[in-house]
Amino acid sequence: MSATIAKTLDMKGFNCPLPIAKTAQAIREIEPGELLQVLATDPGSVPDFKAWCRTTGNQLVEHTETDGVYRFVVRRKG
Amino acid sequence: MTDDTLSLVLFSGTDDKLTSAAVLTVGAAAMGRKVNILLQYWALDAFRADRVHKDHGVAPEAGPAGIELVQQHGTEHWSELLRQAKQIGEVAIHACSHSMEMFGIAKDDLDPLVDGVEGVASFFMEVDGPLTFI
Repeated sequence: MSATIAKTLDMKGFNCPLPIAKTAQAIREIEPGELLQVLATDPGSVPDFKAWCRTTGNQLVEHTETDGVYRFVVRRKG
Repeated sequence: MTDDTLSLVLFSGTDDKLTSAAVLTVGAAAMGRKVNILLQYWALDAFRADRVHKDHGVAPEAGPAGIELVQQHGTEHWSELLRQAKQIGEVAIHACSHSMEMFGIAKDDLDPLVDGVEGVASFFMEVDGPLTFI
């Protein structure tokens, strides 16, 4: 990661709809163009983050999975 | 798609169905959709301020094993999910005036989540797509 993460949201252990619900709130706490990192363990969060970003216009910069933990980096819509 | 309002009529007052409705509501709000909810009958009764956090049971099809399953996999309480949905987006919750009268409920008896009392005509003024009945 070259860019700096402005905020991290740890949603490990929480299931739908909480990862997306908390992300929708947290994205407002960073500035447009800044990055929000979300950690989750709910497999449903993968299609959910893709859908949420596509619909809200925020950019899913990257998503990775390590040992059952999904990491999403979202850039707030400018 | 995102312009469509999610319109829900909540009839059942069991915790599983109210949770299902609250999950849909918070998801729709996160996706930027307006949500328009009408509370009738047993759902309205569950929104009484002094009853919100009581055990409202689960739907009859659950059976004993189903009750245990729901309790084990409990997410946040439906009232808390709805509060979050209201913070995230535009969520209107109204009580059906007919049910209010039938149950002898006054507006002040209801949880602050409920925005007001209305009839079906004013509810339908806000319905601009499919209506979901839970």
